[in-house]
Amino acid sequence: MAATLAEHPTEKRHHWIVRATHWVNVVALTLMVGSGLRIFNAYPMFARKGETFCCWPWEGHAIPKWLTFGGWLAGARNWHFAMMWVLAVNGAVYLAFIWLHGEWRDLAPRRGDVRDAWEMIKFYLFVRKTHPHQGKHNALQKSVYFALPWLGVLAVLTGLAIWKPVQLAPLTALFGGYVWARYWHFLVMLTLVLLGLGHVFMVFAVDPQSLRSMVTGHYDESRSPEALNARPLLRFRPRPVMTIGRGQGDRGQGTGERGQGTGDRGQPADRPSAPAAMAADAGKPPPPSDHPAFSAPAVGTQRDVDASGDADSSAGDADRAAHATVAAPPSVAVDAEVDAGETEDAPELGDSGKEAGR
Amino acid sequence: MMDRRRFLALGGLGAAALIAEACDSRGPKSVLPVLRWAERRNEGVERVLFRHTSMDHAASERSVGRKMPSYYISHAPPVWDPAVRGAWALEVGGAVRKPLRLTLEDLAKLPRVTQRINHYCVEGWTAATQFTGVRVSTLARLAGATPDAGYVDFQSFDDGYHESWDIDSALHPQTLVAFMREGRPLSSWYGAPARVHSPVKLGYKNTKYLTKVVFMPQRNGGYWSDKGYEWYGGT
Repeated sequence: MAATLAEHPTEKRHHWIVRATHWVNVVALTLMVGSGLRIFNAYPMFARKGETFCCWPWEGHAIPKWLTFGGWLAGARNWHFAMMWVLAVNGAVYLAFIWLHGEWRDLAPRRGDVRDAWEMIKFYLFVRKTHPHQGKHNALQKSVYFALPWLGVLAVLTGLAIWKPVQLAPLTALFGGYVWARYWHFLVMLTLVLLGLGHVFMVFAVDPQSLRSMVTGHYDESRSPEALNARPLLRFRPRPVMTIGRGQGDRGQGTGERGQGTGDRGQPADRPSAPAAMAADAGKPPPPSDHPAFSAPAVGTQRDVDASGDADSSAGDADRAAHATVAAPPSVAVDAEVDAGETEDAPELGDSGKEAGR
Repeated sequence: MMDRRRFLALGGLGAAALIAEACDSRGPKSVLPVLRWAERRNEGVERVLFRHTSMDHAASERSVGRKMPSYYISHAPPVWDPAVRGAWALEVGGAVRKPLRLTLEDLAKLPRVTQRINHYCVEGWTAATQFTGVRVSTLARLAGATPDAGYVDFQSFDDGYHESWDIDSALHPQTLVAFMREGRPLSSWYGAPARVHSPVKLGYKNTKYLTKVVFMPQRNGGYWSDKGYEWYGGT
């Protein structure tokens, strides 16, 4: 850890329980999906004998063998019914931990998440130039990480419903009977797999560093997707001068929560590099940046920077904007403030700024 | 730093290779004892969940019995040939005070139950079907099964096919020795002259072509159970 700190100031992002349950989940879920697909292949359709099924276009089409695990039906069932406990207990440990330790707050939906998610989509589609300001996760990530545990619960319940359709008949009836419970079980698995594949793609395409943070727990905020203004497969290097300014910046303060402060992470206390003054600034909106006269002239510079393909990046947080003013050339500093203005519920400011810049 | 990265990359590659190799495989043999242990733990959970009052009813009327698949382990549907084996009779024995030998006529005279229930196959399909027969619990009472009989073995003339059950599932009110299906005597495709049928166990536990019902203090495995399918196989 000391060596890492010498290179970049990093923060502890994931508790070891979160990291351990994550990797156990990777193994358990992979084996559950593989063995489940092998079980499905024993009867790769949903219809009852003598009936048809409305809602599956690929009735009778088996899953390719290489995607399955367990070798044969009984082997796959034995794996499935053993791994289910690992999956369920591991999930329960994770959920209990984030509940007791407060990490659930990073995932719980908040007002503005829908708009923030829309801003992320706009950014990824090149409609928006700068990475929206975010907390630990961006709004899209957050929604997925929030949905996954619920999907897990659904997977367990639908699984129980088709495991014990007679002894747990009320549960099976709740899902519409055995055939439908089996269908929901399959669809929940499909959703989990698609979200999981998207997650893995985004890790490598937009934030490879998060892989490190899920192993060692440490995360270098100066190389976050927001700091690098990174889109999938398009990661830009920040200018060194910005790295210095940003390295000082405190994230997680009022991040995405509109100045309320997240409370349990990113406190100045556990960041030796942050000046004491940061604590006073934390969570307060930046006084000067809201003023159009202040930001308008600089936006042209920002567009130039973007057009040249260089990274600018965004700093978004009020604190960081303030620090960028100290460390970075004026143009960058002000452009950061424009972005800060956007995150302070005033997207029009950025838009009007663009108009002014033209 | 680079060393660690390389190490992690190698680890990831190794894991990927293991997974690729594991695909479509039964997994490492060394895990089999763990899987067997987990199966016994699951059996414990299933026994706790088991209720004699949990009943199954087939919801759909229209498809009753229309497409109930048939299966047996012999090369052709096993047929009881009286010329070779003598008259068919069901033996009820083992841990009982009064062993029984019941002809089909004897069975037909006993109190019978007709039920339209689901057949749950281990493969994942279900079929609605109607069976008529005598409750195994009735046979147990008539034969006077002793308290040490914790298991029942259902044996057949289908090439040695048999499956043993826990006594609780065998005495479930919906567990029948069935001799009629859809109001007609069983055909050789469906286990004539008599078979076990119950919605509380997966299809493979329901022995067809029945010859013997043996109450036992110990479990006795079964045709598919011995090959690796769950011995309990409850629904």
